[in-house]
Amino acid sequence: MTNSDGQGQNNKEQQMYKKMAKSYQPKPNIWVNCLKAFIVGGLVCTLGQLLQLMFISGFGVEPSSAGDMTSATLIFIACLLTGLGVYDKIGQWAGAGTAVPVTGFANSIASAALEHKSEGYVLGVGGNMFKLAGSVIVFGVVAAFFIGLIRTLLMYITG
Amino acid sequence: MAEKRIGQRSWAFERGVAVLGAAAVAGPKEGKGQLKDMLDQVYPDLYCGQDTWEKAERKMMEDVVNHATKKAGKKTDQIDMFLAGDLLNQNISASFAARTHQIPLMGMFGACSASMLTLTTGAVLVEGGFCDTVVSAVSSHNATAERQYRYPTEYGGQKPDTAQWTVTGAGAGLIGLGGKGPLIRYATIGKVVDMGLKNPFDMGSAMAPAAAETIQAHFEDTGLAPDDYDLIVTGDLAKVGHPITADLLAEKGYDLGERFQDCGLMIFQPDQQAFAGGSGCASSAIVTYGRIIKEMMDGKLNRVMVVATGALMNPVSYQQGESIPCIAHAVTLEGRGNG
Repeated sequence: MTNSDGQGQNNKEQQMYKKMAKSYQPKPNIWVNCLKAFIVGGLVCTLGQLLQLMFISGFGVEPSSAGDMTSATLIFIACLLTGLGVYDKIGQWAGAGTAVPVTGFANSIASAALEHKSEGYVLGVGGNMFKLAGSVIVFGVVAAFFIGLIRTLLMYITG
Repeated sequence: MAEKRIGQRSWAFERGVAVLGAAAVAGPKEGKGQLKDMLDQVYPDLYCGQDTWEKAERKMMEDVVNHATKKAGKKTDQIDMFLAGDLLNQNISASFAARTHQIPLMGMFGACSASMLTLTTGAVLVEGGFCDTVVSAVSSHNATAERQYRYPTEYGGQKPDTAQWTVTGAGAGLIGLGGKGPLIRYATIGKVVDMGLKNPFDMGSAMAPAAAETIQAHFEDTGLAPDDYDLIVTGDLAKVGHPITADLLAEKGYDLGERFQDCGLMIFQPDQQAFAGGSGCASSAIVTYGRIIKEMMDGKLNRVMVVATGALMNPVSYQQGESIPCIAHAVTLEGRGNG
């Protein structure tokens, strides 16, 4: 099974094995996963819309600031469900449906904060809560910068 | 001249090295599974009465050593050596449990193969006359392993069906001469096999070739055939890896049939969410020390091969794009029945 060049298994063997192993690995059911994500993601957005309408018509909030309150409420719900230990179970079923909306972002921060609480508030919670969300923020800001740059240039060109 | 070596790379134990006592403890989910009546202690939650998961894992290892020692009719100060391994950074569960028990420690890392690595080393120390009584113990904990290898426990990312569920539990065996427990007869230490697989959510496929390689070497060296065994179990190949190993061995002319099982599939009930099956050091350990040893003492099983499989990567190595090197260690146990 091994060759003598000190590299362990040779490349051809590895390729053959990868091919063989693939036939044993259950294929993810993309259509079912997409459908679940569509339904759950859609429900999250519908809930957001309902919240927004409720803030505007029920509480007399200005439409311009109702969006922020909606996001805050969804984030609160996601964090609460994370703390209660059910968000990961919903996420396993819903996949992208709960990962893509703002709830997924909230869960990634709350779960990391919870996970590292045992290492203390400064080095544990503070140092690790953006462990997963950090890259979203970094690349989000970078992408926003370039989009902003393009927009400015286009406006400059088109006058 | 290595007198106790047989064949290319296996060892034969001839002095009557045996498992004097064995114990298994586990978390709540495992406690509701297939092993529920065979565990020495089931903890009501993942904290096991401690304030962190790491301390909980350590507590399990401390407790399981106590159980095994008691069952062998010994006290911890009569044990010469503590051989232990786990999955955490720098093997802390093993070291911290040894601090509590005050038994000389040899910490061992073999990822999930540590169960048979420690058992084999223990048998070697007794066979060689270096120790009278040795305890081998391993532990794993679902939440500490998630933190060590993957994401925060409560993170809602979706895992594929090839992923496995790290078993929360610990197993320990007391090794010495005499007693009534099963004899440790043969052992084969595995080579590191790497077939280039890189998916940390599919350890079964990565580890399967290592298991096949070690099992084949064990058969060749000992001269035993699959028919000589009542049971051959792999540690944690689960639903994906186990059939691959069976087929790889069939290609080499070893038809293992129904007697070939996997510890990762002998822990949870089908209705418990465990993805492809159990994994972790405790997977092979709680099945071996909790169930197999008991069944051997009851005469239900006579000759058993346990092949503990381990994936020897860490989060840094796979983030840097390296493939997953794997290993498997095999031990043959024999009952004291009529044979």
